[in-house]
Amino acid sequence: MSPALSRRDVLRGTGALILAFSVPHRSSALTETGASATPLRGLPGSLDSTPRLNAWIRIEADGNATIFTGKAELGQGIKTALLQIAAEELKLPLPRITLITADTARTPNEGYTAASHSVQDSGTAIRNAAAQVREILIGEAARLAGRSTDGLKAWDGVVAGPDGLSLGYGELVSAQLLNVDAQPTSILTDPKNFTVMDRPVARVDIPPKLTGGAAYVQDMRLPGMVHGRIVRPPSYGARLIDLDAAPVEAMPGVLKVVRDGAFIGVVAEKQWTAIQAMRRLAASARWNESAALPDEAQLPEALMALPAKDTTILEVGTPDAASYDVDALFSRPYLSHGSIGPSCAIAHMDGDDLTVWTHTQGVYPLRDALATLCAMPRDKVRCIHVEGAGCYGQNGADDVGADAALLARALPGRPVRVQWMREQEHAWEPFGPGMAAHVRASLGPDGSISAWQHDVWSQSHMMRPGPPGTLLAARDIANPFPPAPPVDLPMPEGGGDRNAVPLYVLPNARAVNHFLPQMPLRGSSMRSLGGYLNVFAIESTMDDLARLSGQDPVAFRLRHLRDERASAVITLAAERFGWNGRPTLSAGSGYGFAFARYKNLEAYCAIALELAIDQDTGRTVVQRAIAAVDTGQVVNPDGVRNQIEGGIVQATSWTLFEGVRFDRQRITSVDWASYPILRFAHVPRRVEVHLVERPGLPFLGAGEAAQGPMGAAIANAIRDITGTRLRALPLDAAKVRAASKVRPASMGSPLPPRSPS
Amino acid sequence: MTTLILNGEERQVTSEPDTPLLYVLRDELELNGAKFGCGLGQCGACTVLVDGEPVFSCVTPVLLMNGRDIRTVEGLGTVAAPGPLQAAFIEEQAAQCGYCIAGMLLRAQALLVRVPDPQDDDILAALEPQLCRCGTHMRIIRAVKRAARTLSRAAEAVR
Repeated sequence: MSPALSRRDVLRGTGALILAFSVPHRSSALTETGASATPLRGLPGSLDSTPRLNAWIRIEADGNATIFTGKAELGQGIKTALLQIAAEELKLPLPRITLITADTARTPNEGYTAASHSVQDSGTAIRNAAAQVREILIGEAARLAGRSTDGLKAWDGVVAGPDGLSLGYGELVSAQLLNVDAQPTSILTDPKNFTVMDRPVARVDIPPKLTGGAAYVQDMRLPGMVHGRIVRPPSYGARLIDLDAAPVEAMPGVLKVVRDGAFIGVVAEKQWTAIQAMRRLAASARWNESAALPDEAQLPEALMALPAKDTTILEVGTPDAASYDVDALFSRPYLSHGSIGPSCAIAHMDGDDLTVWTHTQGVYPLRDALATLCAMPRDKVRCIHVEGAGCYGQNGADDVGADAALLARALPGRPVRVQWMREQEHAWEPFGPGMAAHVRASLGPDGSISAWQHDVWSQSHMMRPGPPGTLLAARDIANPFPPAPPVDLPMPEGGGDRNAVPLYVLPNARAVNHFLPQMPLRGSSMRSLGGYLNVFAIESTMDDLARLSGQDPVAFRLRHLRDERASAVITLAAERFGWNGRPTLSAGSGYGFAFARYKNLEAYCAIALELAIDQDTGRTVVQRAIAAVDTGQVVNPDGVRNQIEGGIVQATSWTLFEGVRFDRQRITSVDWASYPILRFAHVPRRVEVHLVERPGLPFLGAGEAAQGPMGAAIANAIRDITGTRLRALPLDAAKVRAASKVRPASMGSPLPPRSPS
Repeated sequence: MTTLILNGEERQVTSEPDTPLLYVLRDELELNGAKFGCGLGQCGACTVLVDGEPVFSCVTPVLLMNGRDIRTVEGLGTVAAPGPLQAAFIEEQAAQCGYCIAGMLLRAQALLVRVPDPQDDDILAALEPQLCRCGTHMRIIRAVKRAARTLSRAAEAVR
């Protein structure tokens, strides 16, 4: 079947993103970082796919080093962490190291910067590569001096020996010295000898950001640069009937109106002109709309009614019980990434070469998608990562890259900068998918969990490029690319079913992933993927089971755990909070506790918190949140704290405020008024992050560890205060106020004793 | 032609009078500090000081700015010589992506002029118009307090 035919086939009879597919077998699916799930060479981290040492590290003639990473800075301090790692193992001071991040012309291909994998993948690669480079330099010093390596040490950019030998790295390096493949094992620095790798080093990217430096792709100004804007359709799949471009083309300063099917763009000398031109074009456009969105008020039911591909991801013992002590449906709405800076890219068509400066999470996959979209050879397209505003998953970054590429192709020779408007980002970004989770659980006579079942429904959490059909513009052009097939991310990391397998030891348990190939709203990766709802559901249920049986929620968790590191963070959070001696609070205040190990593979995080509710308004404020975290070997303790604090505050916003709004045709939450997020009035009044030190253990990603536990801890505190279990996110003021007015008999068991149990 | 007093310096600008100040600052004057966030006066990423008062530059036409005193984050200090607020934000590592921070700094600057020794509630109220998505709020609050301490110590020393 030719591509053109398949495109027509797919498009026939559908105008929206709601499409059905034959779903590829789960095990053949991608991982979230785009990396191969099975190792190729058995080398550490991303060395496995890019083994050549000089692909990662170059030593210059002056002895300074340049480090190349395929990962990108997403505003989380990864640059600084990778520099620390390189400095530690190269034995070279931080200021003498330059870091080059994701660029298809210069750096290794490390897939997507996603899934809290950067320190694990790239950090591990750089650490091992740096250690091996250091040993090669020591070996070279020995060779030049005609002696053995015994007694030679690398330090401060110099290989020195007891006999006065002293050779700088620049003197030792030669053209081919590092043009060798990495070995499987490295002589790594013992954590007790670390001088930079476990220290709170100040982030290198912060000073320019605070002083008006050119810190973001939004700040780039290339010679001859012009400004583009896009007119997006009013709803998914809308087709353009009519557009009156002539008056806009006549506007002073407008260079070009680009129209290709339903893709409409305008380029002007000045940004403000481009915006005015975009508005005039939008006002003149007439559309045929066909989208049929679900009933927002019945979203969980609508999702559960869709065709599903079921995978049993856990089956142990006999999970079916005659009746259940907890039988509850939990749900979350679609969520916006809501980056403060709308997506932006600059594209430049220079002769046969297309260069795109982009804040994508994956320069190589985007490069491939753009090459196909523009019918260009891959080696004629270069994508260079430049930092954008905060990235919490796939926002409009890739889409705006395609927008800019199409406009640049129409205006060769001029760099075209395109930035989305706020309403475009809010309406068109791929949302964190709406989801439902059904949990049933029973207690045995001894007060332990005797049966457990978890069912989760979700569309794909991974709709990133490669395939050009993942890009909005590629779907809107007159000869559109087929929509990309939905990716069902496999276990153990999972997608919608991420964290759906409890870490607790349960003798009789089942968990089923109901993967939904259809996509009622456009969706893709957003921090923690399904983990946020699954942990919310599991930890709410753990809390209810503890209450039902009069057990302390912390002790109840500990008795169901065999993982010592899990128990350690729970115990530490409880201790630092003063959980066991916690006083009874006045009406309207209470406590919540929750725990998860992200993906069951990454950082451990437990959170204890105190919450206050204004019972007249339903206004909810976290009075203090105490977190304990284990991220394995910590590279930058302050960086980890910053990430966990951020996760706590961001999850507070998701949990109390957020949900994408839509009618039966259009997205209606298109600004910060219709999609409110947390403002300062609702920040937690105190947040503490305690780190469990694990020197020498593997790095565990920290960026997404707190979101699941924080949402659940808030829900558990609301239950503690009101006696009502809220299960449909967000737990907004209207729901909390309603919950405050009733104390239902069903779950209204007396509070457990607040003494050590 | 509009005349601005930008960070203490007189500047003539030629942008159309209805152009929002934000685009004059970014595109004509080539300053990076004020950011486009929403264009609706809802997020505060574009906040600058006009005659000492915080203003959303994305919804303020430049024609209203003739002869006015405009301060952007570039006017608070440099990487080499950061101002007290900038230094405090660096000290507290009070940024993740940092896109919102320039607006935060200017809103905080206006607060510290008005209230030299702000309590938590003063800071929360002053920063309410400013959105941060990364969840850096706790550090921003700490940084504002740190700057207030630095400034009051400096004032003591002068006395």
